[in-house]
Amino acid sequence: MLLIGAVGIRFGPIRRRVIGEEDRVCAAVAAKVRFGMSSIGTGYDLSASTFSPDGRVFQVEYAMKAVENSSTAIGIRCKDGVVFGVEKLVLSKLYEQGSNKRIFNIDRHVGMAVAGLLADARSLTDIAREEASNFRSNYGYDIPLRHLADRVAMYVHAYTLYSAVRPFGSSFIMGSYDQDDGAQMYMIDPSGVSHGYWGCAIGKAKEAAKTEIEKLQMKDMTCREVVKEVAKIIYIVHDEVKDKSFELELSWVGEITKGRHELVPKVIKEEAEKYAKESLEEDDESDEDNM
Amino acid sequence: MLQNSRNPGCTSPEVKTGTTIMAVEFDGGVVIGSDSRVSAGEAICNRVMNKLSPLHDRIYCALSGSAADAQAIADSVNYQLELHSIETGDAPLVRAAASIVKNISYKYKEELSAHLIVAGWDRKKKGQVYATLGGMIIRQPFSVGGSGSIYVYGYVDAAYKEGMSKDECLAFVTNAITLAIGRDGSSGGVVYLTTITEKGTEHSIIPGNKLPVFHDE
Repeated sequence: MLLIGAVGIRFGPIRRRVIGEEDRVCAAVAAKVRFGMSSIGTGYDLSASTFSPDGRVFQVEYAMKAVENSSTAIGIRCKDGVVFGVEKLVLSKLYEQGSNKRIFNIDRHVGMAVAGLLADARSLTDIAREEASNFRSNYGYDIPLRHLADRVAMYVHAYTLYSAVRPFGSSFIMGSYDQDDGAQMYMIDPSGVSHGYWGCAIGKAKEAAKTEIEKLQMKDMTCREVVKEVAKIIYIVHDEVKDKSFELELSWVGEITKGRHELVPKVIKEEAEKYAKESLEEDDESDEDNM
Repeated sequence: MLQNSRNPGCTSPEVKTGTTIMAVEFDGGVVIGSDSRVSAGEAICNRVMNKLSPLHDRIYCALSGSAADAQAIADSVNYQLELHSIETGDAPLVRAAASIVKNISYKYKEELSAHLIVAGWDRKKKGQVYATLGGMIIRQPFSVGGSGSIYVYGYVDAAYKEGMSKDECLAFVTNAITLAIGRDGSSGGVVYLTTITEKGTEHSIIPGNKLPVFHDE
């Protein structure tokens, strides 16, 4: 269609004229080619109610970037439950240990791990809790996770439709366990899309985490085994150079907790962290041999 | 005749389903039954009304009290339950149906005059019977309701035993409703029975002359 070269030639001798639609498209296309696929959308990115000429809503994509800037959270669904792990970066030694939680209880049987803008995530936690609570009030039983994920995703999506509000800058991984339906896990991203997963990672090291998760045969593992692997993966993807200290937040819901979502007990967490640290040391040692 | 300050003679008394209704759980499903008399004062408006109303494929309710109120509740619950089941993508739980009935019955307690017994089958808890009298919700192995039920409390308490088969349940319900019809002026007609299991629903009608005969006849 319009080539960058042609744009250059056209703009050359012209001093003053009204900038037309074609020029805007050229500029956007030029920007895209220059910066690659994760581009800026000059002119089409000011509000969520605007599409770009190539059919993207840039505000939603920028919201996803906000999630990518946050530290990693992972969730793994196994045979008899779901385990969450969050790499909680500690920005100051003055922080109280265990504060600024990134894993929430939405209902007794549903847990949620978040990444991205924490304040956005917290306000959505309240919405999700209200949904679950209203469901129980109306229908007399625990909300099925698939339905809750649909409702929350619908809510997140609503904020991508208008220019008066901005999209949520966080992604959410929700998990639950039920005697009859088994373990379930869903992830909702800022665009309002929700998928069911066996293994999921969000945040800055999500690609590295996904690679590690893919190595596991989680369908055949129990929560006890997966807890150690989750701790190990968080330790693996944590960047010692760029980010200093971190706190590992671990939670699970499954047969082992009788269907209640809880933080992993201290003893088991310490065991998992020990396993994680030992695995890292082994890898370090094996690296030295290769040299 | 029926004239008083509340009924100035130009209006007819409220149409009530005087009624005897009943539901029993068995291993594999439930049996739900009712009589068929609808009265407006002393007149019988309908002697063959089926008071068993479907709320969903495998969930039924039995209506008693004011005919209009009971039907209005059943229709509203039917709608809400269908929407709920499409949203969740699953067949609704009997507990959900009973909760919706309970919420309406309790919220409009002062305005409504109806009692629904909800019974059905779902894959999680199999056969269940819920009573929602007055806006409460309680699961029971069997439940009786309506004006005729008071005459048969003794019978049902004595005759009920745990672990009855489907046919035993059918006989139990038929007997109880027949005895109630025999003593309650507002109950009569035929006995409607519906059996709900995993496979689906089976309906039967026992006409007046085929009802079991007890000593006084």
